[in-house]
Amino acid sequence: MHISSAVISVLPAKRTGVVAELSAMSGIEVHHQNESKIIIVIEARDTGVIGGRLAEIAGIEGVLSANMVTEHGGVPRKTRLASALSRRDLLKAQAAAVAAAATGIALPAAAQPVAGGIGTLEIRWSKAPCRFCGTGCGVMVGVKEGKVVATHGDALAEVNRGLNCIKGYFLSKIMYGADRLTTPLLRKKNGVFDKTGEFTPVSWDEAFDVMAARAKQVLKEKGPTALGMFGSGQWTIWEGYAATKLMRAGFRSNNLDPNARHCMASAAYAFMRTFGMDEPMGCYDDFEAADAFMLWGANMAEMHPILWTRLTDRRLSHPHVRVAVLSTFTNRSSDLADIPIVFKPGTDLAILNYIANHIITTGRVNKDFVGKHTGFVKGMVDIGYGLRPDHPLEAKAKGVLRAAAMQPSDFESFAAFVKEYTLDKVSALSGVERGFLRDLAELYADPKRKVMSLWTMGFNQHVRGVWANQLMYNLHLLTGKISEPGNSPFSLTGQPSACGTAREVGTFAHRLPADMTVTNAEHRKHAEDTWRVPHGIIPEKPGYHAVEQDRMLRDGKLNFYWIQVNNNLQAAPNNTRETYPGYRNPENFIVVSDAYPTVTALAADLILPAAMWVEKEGAYGNSERRTHFWRQLVMAPGEARSDLWQLMEFSKRFTTDEVWPAEVLAANPNYRDKTLFDVLFKNGNVDRFPLSELPAGYENQESKAFGFYVQKGLFEEYASFGRGHGHDLAPFDVYHENRGLRWPVVNGKETRWRYREGHDPYVKPGKGVEFYGQPDRKAKIIAVPYEPPAESPDKEYDIWLVTGRVLEHWHSGSMTMRVPELYKAFPGACCFMHAEDARARGINQGAEVRVISRRGELRTRVETRGRNRMPRGVVFVPWFDASQLINKTTLDATDPISKQTDFKKCAVKVVPV
Amino acid sequence: MRGQSRSGLSAWRAAAIGAAFGGAFVRAIGAFAAGPDIVPRVTGAAQPMQDVPAPSPARPITDDVRKMRNYPEQPPVIPHAIEGYQLTLHANRCLECHRRQFTEGSGAPMISVTHFMDRNGQVLADVTPRRYFCTACHVQQTDAKPLVPNHFEDMLAVGKSRR
Repeated sequence: MHISSAVISVLPAKRTGVVAELSAMSGIEVHHQNESKIIIVIEARDTGVIGGRLAEIAGIEGVLSANMVTEHGGVPRKTRLASALSRRDLLKAQAAAVAAAATGIALPAAAQPVAGGIGTLEIRWSKAPCRFCGTGCGVMVGVKEGKVVATHGDALAEVNRGLNCIKGYFLSKIMYGADRLTTPLLRKKNGVFDKTGEFTPVSWDEAFDVMAARAKQVLKEKGPTALGMFGSGQWTIWEGYAATKLMRAGFRSNNLDPNARHCMASAAYAFMRTFGMDEPMGCYDDFEAADAFMLWGANMAEMHPILWTRLTDRRLSHPHVRVAVLSTFTNRSSDLADIPIVFKPGTDLAILNYIANHIITTGRVNKDFVGKHTGFVKGMVDIGYGLRPDHPLEAKAKGVLRAAAMQPSDFESFAAFVKEYTLDKVSALSGVERGFLRDLAELYADPKRKVMSLWTMGFNQHVRGVWANQLMYNLHLLTGKISEPGNSPFSLTGQPSACGTAREVGTFAHRLPADMTVTNAEHRKHAEDTWRVPHGIIPEKPGYHAVEQDRMLRDGKLNFYWIQVNNNLQAAPNNTRETYPGYRNPENFIVVSDAYPTVTALAADLILPAAMWVEKEGAYGNSERRTHFWRQLVMAPGEARSDLWQLMEFSKRFTTDEVWPAEVLAANPNYRDKTLFDVLFKNGNVDRFPLSELPAGYENQESKAFGFYVQKGLFEEYASFGRGHGHDLAPFDVYHENRGLRWPVVNGKETRWRYREGHDPYVKPGKGVEFYGQPDRKAKIIAVPYEPPAESPDKEYDIWLVTGRVLEHWHSGSMTMRVPELYKAFPGACCFMHAEDARARGINQGAEVRVISRRGELRTRVETRGRNRMPRGVVFVPWFDASQLINKTTLDATDPISKQTDFKKCAVKVVPV
Repeated sequence: MRGQSRSGLSAWRAAAIGAAFGGAFVRAIGAFAAGPDIVPRVTGAAQPMQDVPAPSPARPITDDVRKMRNYPEQPPVIPHAIEGYQLTLHANRCLECHRRQFTEGSGAPMISVTHFMDRNGQVLADVTPRRYFCTACHVQQTDAKPLVPNHFEDMLAVGKSRR
């Protein structure tokens, strides 16, 4: 297209008529005018057409002359969107301005260089944590006219000091995908709900009516265990807290689990088993203090890029620092490695035991530390693979029923146990060169080196994930390299509030806030007292965990299911066989709350449109125990409402008589004739902060809807669980002022290194180090062996499949795939493969293939040259692409202790299409 | 040398690319008469869990034409080929052109002034080690057509369509 501006001289008396005629002509816009001159912009296919238009204009009655002033060729034909500032719009405004200036016409205010004065340039900036991973970067969010228009790294945020990764820099666009859900959608046929019907827009009232009726029917017919909810490490803290109250104390069901089960359940169980308290003792300050960094199954360069900048900073700035990267394939993190190690899937357990053996046999055990602060245990072995109980592998395993059992032991037994893990044996088993293994072991053993170990899904998504985590602690405990700056075994998380919401609030099927559990009568009583509900309301049996929920949906034992803030049909293992059938089981009613139409939402019966990120006031807790808050900055589109509003509003539709046992109500008659909203949220505690405490200048839709400062009330009630018990949180308002604080926060001071005197106020004076989470104040060193994966390649399914993420997309891609720049940077999943493996199968780079397992298959393209460089015998397929559901092929084997799925090891074959 | 052409030709090429891929943005997103539109890469197949043929791999855009940023703080995207670039402990191919001292010879844009600042905001004599891995923030684009339009509004245009 060509854009041209022109000056039309007219007889003043005829001007109005000429303007009317010009306005009626296609491709012509009138921009400015005075008494005798009119500035127009002409758009046309080419210069010839423009000339013709000008001749036509010259013939209009009252026109004295029509002269071209500027011309631009090669302008895009269409703007991306009417609202976007396109190059075409810019050129048109510019062309008109030049013509006006040339003619001496005064530009209207809107066309001035600073139109409307400085006020129109101002952007309102507010802080928020990033929406994506567990790093928890601080971002500044710029809002103008009710829209987020820019984001950048917050220079005042300790975590990232002004940096963001590519995803963080594009946060501005995640809420504006054109297919945002803006109204509830219910499957209907002939005007009523029908599981086989089409999605039809309905009001919130109708949506909740249908939903409540189904929930009541299921409760009546099958009881609370047929009711379940799948939540998220992306819930805000108060959303998770409201959900746990509603499920456990309202509906009396522990069938509440977060998608964090797929993510770091193994880490959480290992913390409890080793230290008696969840979450890392160290913090990100360790990055600036360590002399060696060990990555075990964590590709931080892509998945935790900002922490990678801190690690890179340390490595490049201090030449003595060493980096070891252990993975089942070579990736971007390996590019910084002094010791790049590629090991055979599952053999990390043997490598860990070899290092322990090396520390002992070379006499580098820190005997003083081990004697004072540790105790030894021996774990149950042959514990199975968390498959369905009738699976042959489960029937064969002897330790299944007591998988979590640990027996007391001692140092000598431990030393004897790891003795068989020699350099030769482990090198042969793992496929790693002896030199690399010895160098690695030496970094741990050398008493002068401060070591920071980092891990994520490689350890956690592992059929022996709890063991892998514990074997890691073994090394740090044997050498005393723990709980001090730079000496830090550090479990990273994948979701922004995996720690804050899933773990600290306790949204796992067995947990309550502040590390308490539903199986402990004292804990239940404490929770009931805090929640102001009668004793005996919280059920004591743990609910179904994530994978079991899918199995129970399929088997028809779980019949009412509400999913919030996650895309589990895309994320769950073996999803064609074990997940999807449960969603479409005619006995079940599936509700999905989401901002976008995901694979999961489209398999549901009712979709509830959700507000996201800065469309609500929120709080997250990151990997280093940092709790951080944000305000509501913009309004959600249409009828979309926060998950918090949805949970609380839904609770109004149930009375205590409908959901609580008659004998409990008979003993506590003052709870009769109340709604769940009354007893859970309007309980005299959650509702104690009035609307007058809301900050000026920020919206807060939930609080206005319910008539009290909802987030503050929920947070303060929740925080009372941990205060004085090593989980202390600061007062609510403090977090809105700062960039987050690391708990325990005691006397206004955060804690950077737990269990260390001088840093942690809970350590008794004179103790030096105290693992006070354990009754005997001692951390546990465990003896457990290498055991093989649940499924290994064989003759037919001849190659290992590893799944995971890529830098540009987060999780299932429901946000990042809708940001054009992120999508175009990595537009679809592919199968990373060694070139010789491809050649051996007759596959060329870029060719379409089927990846097939015993459970399912998908079509993708082979990549032999990309960022992940695979060894022979291993392929990697990321899971963000909904058109390439890699979890159709994965195996629903879990760690038998943590119940977390192993997404990193199963057997597939790759064949040309 | 990878010069950034300032000629009209360059602008024309940029525009032509815009025109060629503009079509992707006008895909109709209807009012949800019977539920959301199916866009397999974000919603999965119309028949849930069914196979979807994998489209041909998208090609990287390597036309050397700078793209306007969505907002000043956005890291610019990479408009040239980077296949085979070494970005390791020992070598950084990007900096061989974008480092201050090399830009005269290469004609490449100099790394931004922020890239000289350490964690405490102090300016160093060369690129700060924390910014060493360029591809954490700067990515290439391919010719893939966006899946769904994005209603993000430019800070200079925001609100105008509603006024």
